[in-house]
Amino acid sequence: MTEGMNEIVRGALVIARRDFNALIRSRAFIFFLITPVIMLGIALAAGNVGSHMAKPDLARTIAVAMPDGDVARLIAAQRRLKAIVPDFPMLETGRAESASGDLLLAGSLRSPVLHADAQDAQALGDEVRLLVDTARQSEDAVAAPLAIRLKPARPHPAAPVDRSATAQLGQMCLFLATMLLAGMVLSNLVEEKANKIIEILTASIPMEAIFLGKLFAMLGMALIAIAVWTALGGAIALLAGSALPAVPAPAVGWPLFVALGFVYFSSAYLLLGSLYLGIGAMAATVRDVQTLSMPVSMGQVGIFLFANYATARPGTLIEGVACLFPFSSPFALMARAAQFPALWPHLVLLLWQALCTWLIIRAGTAMFRRNVMKSRGMGRRAGGRRGRVQPS
Amino acid sequence: MHMAPMTIAPTSTSTSAPLAIDAQGLVKDFDGFRAVDHISLKVKAGSIFGVLGPNGAGKTTTLRMLLGIIAPDEGRCLLLGADRPLSVAKLVGYLPEERGLYPSMSAIEAIAFMGALRGLPLAEGRRRARDLLEGHGLAYAMNRPVRQMSKGMAQTVQLLGTIVHRPRLIVLDEPFSGLDALNQQKLEGLIRAQAQDGVTIIFSTHVIAHAERLCEEIAIIAGGKVPFAGRVDEARNRLAPQVRLETRAADGPWRAALPPGALQQGHHWQFELAEAGVEPLLKALIEGDAGIVSLSIERPGLHDAFVAIAGEAAAADLDRAQEEDRA
Repeated sequence: MTEGMNEIVRGALVIARRDFNALIRSRAFIFFLITPVIMLGIALAAGNVGSHMAKPDLARTIAVAMPDGDVARLIAAQRRLKAIVPDFPMLETGRAESASGDLLLAGSLRSPVLHADAQDAQALGDEVRLLVDTARQSEDAVAAPLAIRLKPARPHPAAPVDRSATAQLGQMCLFLATMLLAGMVLSNLVEEKANKIIEILTASIPMEAIFLGKLFAMLGMALIAIAVWTALGGAIALLAGSALPAVPAPAVGWPLFVALGFVYFSSAYLLLGSLYLGIGAMAATVRDVQTLSMPVSMGQVGIFLFANYATARPGTLIEGVACLFPFSSPFALMARAAQFPALWPHLVLLLWQALCTWLIIRAGTAMFRRNVMKSRGMGRRAGGRRGRVQPS
Repeated sequence: MHMAPMTIAPTSTSTSAPLAIDAQGLVKDFDGFRAVDHISLKVKAGSIFGVLGPNGAGKTTTLRMLLGIIAPDEGRCLLLGADRPLSVAKLVGYLPEERGLYPSMSAIEAIAFMGALRGLPLAEGRRRARDLLEGHGLAYAMNRPVRQMSKGMAQTVQLLGTIVHRPRLIVLDEPFSGLDALNQQKLEGLIRAQAQDGVTIIFSTHVIAHAERLCEEIAIIAGGKVPFAGRVDEARNRLAPQVRLETRAADGPWRAALPPGALQQGHHWQFELAEAGVEPLLKALIEGDAGIVSLSIERPGLHDAFVAIAGEAAAADLDRAQEEDRA
């Protein structure tokens, strides 16, 4: 038994090394890496344009609470500045708070005070200073400079409903990554069958080793891609800073949540990949694989929707089923990591997912042996030049 | 020379030497079609064994079952003494009928990869690959991707990949197929060299000449069955030598020495004669003053034996396959 497992691991390593090298050394891999980045860039650009067109800039509105004469001079100054800088902030008078509730210019022109939180003060402080200086051009020179009173940052309550947003974000990232990457496994055995290498492989190492090796090579490639995309995403997040919407911290904390993201991606990838490899192994040609990819993608979407539905109902039977059903389990548990701090369910269910992966691989290899590993024409379409079942 | 088919019971080879392959009663059905029907094979360690039969006879299926690539529906097989072929995979080399290499791999990497599949460390595999390629005049193509190689060159690379891990048993499925005469000759040399090193070689072919030149023992497969398995000369000895005689005299007492079924056309005679009958025949012809103009005694070739054992139809299929191969 142990010897058999050693043989499987040894064989899997040989296959994984070969496939991994072939994958990452191909020119297509570079295109593969940059395509989502380009798509993300386009999406961000489009989103940026859309957001500017769609809504007024509430954050660039300053409430003014000053004597009427000062307000009139401020309004006149704002008009002058707006003529020069079209993007200059709007003023709101007669209110003790701006519409966004963030900025308030109070006191008087001789002794102006800006009430704002640190972020807004940094973002608009200079513009408010310019506005005040412009408004009091005719004033005496002894006027006090603009004082800034910092308000405490508004707390972001980490209520369960907000954590569910984090859960859904995690789930969505996991889904997009598996959707992008797991489907590639479908065509993974086509090369071996087309090049007739499959017979040499099956005569040399256990079939499970072939499947495992291919899966791990693809997983390695996928993890490299995700690491690159995550790094790029992180860099974009750092650059964008507060422009990105704030997401509540997950219950297990960000570092563990990200680590679990990688673990659940690996698990989801291996689970779906082992299934796809088994299905794809039945396909004799690239055309067959293309035909199969549509229902497979539909299946992935179905699994995601099921896990998503279950996430919105934490603690219910449906969530339990989603956690236990192997294909939805990584998605459901990813959401769970955002909502609940307990770690033991993750450990137990990761073992369960590993067991299911192994069982699916065994089933896939058995199907492959029964349906494909026949005599002459092994791996070819039946009815070809040499029929699949014609012995020699 | 084609003869009427004879019904000959399957025989088994001598089992005094240790066996590299011991298969008993292998059966394989594909969708109701019986491709292999109770085939038994014993291959002595260190021998060159040929599996001879026309296309569709069941040769490839049999070899695949021996190697554990497909499981038999019935029967059992011991490969190098192991009942799980994969457990001795490191000691076995296999060249399938349908050749295959990764097109993007270089020759050296392809050979090392095939060695790695059989448990040979990659670095050692590369070193041996370099030696093998140099030894076979392909040093210049070491780093050439397979996709840029000629068919014969790729086939040689695959063959070198089959032996890079120094197996004890080599299984070759139609190894001569697709090779030109020069490369066929080289391959024969390689097979002989491996056998001299004590490696057991079993190969399938539909070209009788290869089996006749290389093999000590053969199995004839036809219709999924093995009507004969044994030594090549044993197969040939199934048929008596053919005698062609021309005499000056048309008749005389010497005629009593000719077998009753002898065909006569004028002064020409043709008949079968057992080995032991040659001397008495010569004595009778000389003493009876038959006046021998010409006398030839032809030992039957393996082709004749094949026809006699497997039947005219199988032999015709075999000839057709050879013709296709040549074409």
